[in-house]
Amino acid sequence: MGHTPVMSAQAITKARWFPGVLGIGSFIGAVLLIELLIRVGLINRFIVPLPSDIVLAFPRVIIEEDVLSRFLLTAAEAFSASILVTIFGVAGGVLLYQYRLLREATETWVAAVAAAPLVLIYPLYLVIFGRNANTIVAMGFTAGLAPVILKTLEGLAGTRRVLINVGRSFNLTPSQQFWKILFPAALPTIFVGMRLGLIFALINIVGVEYLINFGGLGQLINELAERYDLAGTYVAISFVILISICVFFLTERLERWLRPVE
Amino acid sequence: MTLPRVTPRWVQPVTALRIAIIVTVLACWEALAASGLLYRDVVPSLVAIGKALFSLLTVPDMPAQIDINLHLFRINTAITIPAIYWHLYVTFYEIAFGMVIGCLGGLVVGIALGGSRLLRRAYEPLLYYLGPCPKIIFFPVMIMWFGVGPGSKVAMGAISCFFPVALNVAGGMREIDRVLIRVGRSFRANTWQMVTKIYLPAMRHPIINGVRIGLGVCLIGTLLAETKLSNSGVGFLVIQAYSLFNMPLMYALLIVLFVIAIGANALIGRLGGLDDIKRR
Repeated sequence: MGHTPVMSAQAITKARWFPGVLGIGSFIGAVLLIELLIRVGLINRFIVPLPSDIVLAFPRVIIEEDVLSRFLLTAAEAFSASILVTIFGVAGGVLLYQYRLLREATETWVAAVAAAPLVLIYPLYLVIFGRNANTIVAMGFTAGLAPVILKTLEGLAGTRRVLINVGRSFNLTPSQQFWKILFPAALPTIFVGMRLGLIFALINIVGVEYLINFGGLGQLINELAERYDLAGTYVAISFVILISICVFFLTERLERWLRPVE
Repeated sequence: MTLPRVTPRWVQPVTALRIAIIVTVLACWEALAASGLLYRDVVPSLVAIGKALFSLLTVPDMPAQIDINLHLFRINTAITIPAIYWHLYVTFYEIAFGMVIGCLGGLVVGIALGGSRLLRRAYEPLLYYLGPCPKIIFFPVMIMWFGVGPGSKVAMGAISCFFPVALNVAGGMREIDRVLIRVGRSFRANTWQMVTKIYLPAMRHPIINGVRIGLGVCLIGTLLAETKLSNSGVGFLVIQAYSLFNMPLMYALLIVLFVIAIGANALIGRLGGLDDIKRR
C-alpha cells in the first residue's frame, strides 16, 4: 500500500509518452519563467520581449510582412540551388568514379573544400553577380556541392561486388551496367548526399539573405531587427527554425524510406 | 641483387595530374584576368593577388604599443605592425572564447543526455532538429544581449559550436563499453570520478570529432558576425575590402582564411588521433 505512489511515479517516468511531455513541458515552463522574470523586471523587456508579445506578433508578421511570399522566395532559391547541386554534384561524383586517376588526384581536395568555410566568399559573389538572387543561389550551390560529390562517389564505390559481377555475367554494356546496377545500388547513399547538400544550401541561403539584406526570410529577420521590432524579430527567427526543422524532418523520413532494409 | 627503382614523387601519375590541374586552373585564371570578359578587377591577375598577399602579411601599417614590465627590465616602445595580425588576434580570441564556452556547454549537456535515457528521449530531439538551423539568424538577438562588440561574436561562436559538440558527446557516451562503466561503479567511483576517469577518456574520439566540427562552424559563425557588424577582425577586413572594391586584397584575405581554417581542422584531427583511426 505504502509503495503505491512510488510505483505509480516510476510507471509514469517509464511511460512512452513521458519523455515527449517532459521535453515540451520544460520548454513551456522555460517560456513561462521568462515571461514572469520580464514582468517582475529581472529581465529587461527592451532586450528580451515578452513571450506573450511574441505569440501575439505572429498574425501581424504573417500578414503585414507577407511571410508566405518571402517563404516562397527562399524556397525557390533553395530549390534552384538544390537542382544545380544535384546535377553538378552527381555528375562530379560519377566522373570521379569513372576516372580512377582523377579521383585519386582530387578526392582530398573535394574533402578539403567541404571542410572550408565557403560561405565567407559571399562578398566575392556579391561583386561577381551583384546584390540579387543569383548571389544567394550561387552561395547555396557552392556550399552544397562537395557533400553531393563525395556521397555519390562513396555510393558508387560501395556497390557490392556480386552485383557488378551479375551485370558482367549478363554481358551488360558500360551504360547498362551504370543505369541498371551501379546507379540504383548507389541511390540511397546519393540521396544522403543530396539531403546534406540541401541542408547546407538552405543554411547558407538564409544566412546570406540575412547578411546582404536581400531575398526572403533571412531579409525579414534583418529588416525587423533594424526596425527594432523585437517581438517581430523573434517571430521571424521562429519561422526559419520551424522551416529548417520541417525540411530536416521530411528529408530524414525520405532517406529512411529509401534506405535498403538491412 | 638489384634495388627496386624508385620513381620520383613528381613523376607519379597522381602527382603529375595534380600539378597539371593546378597549372591549368592558374593559366585559365590569368587568361580570364587578361581577357577583360568580366568587370575590371573582379578576376585580378595572380601577380596582383600575390602582391596583395605579400603586402597584407609583411607591410607594417598599424601602430602598436608594446609594454612589458618585468622585475629586471621594462620594455615600452611603439612599433608598427601589419594590421592583419591585430585583426587575426581579435578573431582568434573571439573564436577561442566561443569554442571554450560552446565546448564546455556541449560537453556538460552531452554527458547529461548520454547518461540518462529519459533526458535523451526528452531533450535530444530538440538539439537534433535545432542543430542544422542557420545560426547566423540569432545574431540580431546576440547583438541585443551582448552588444555590438566582441561579446556578440563570441556568443555566435559559442552557439555554433555547442550543437555538434553536445550531439557528438551524447552519441559517444552511448557507445562507451558497458564493462568500463561497471568497473567504475564496482570501484564505487563518484560522479566526478566517473566523468574524469571513465567517460571522458573513453569518449576521446567522439569529443575530438565534435570539437573539430564545432571549430569549423564556430569559425564560420564568428567570421560571418564580423562581416555583418564589427570594426575589427578578419571578417571585418573582408567586408571592408568588398566595400572599397579592393579585389586583390579580398582574394588575399580569403586565401589566408582558408589556409587557417583547413590547417586548424587538420591539426585538431591529428592531435586527437583521428587520422590514426582512419589509417588502421
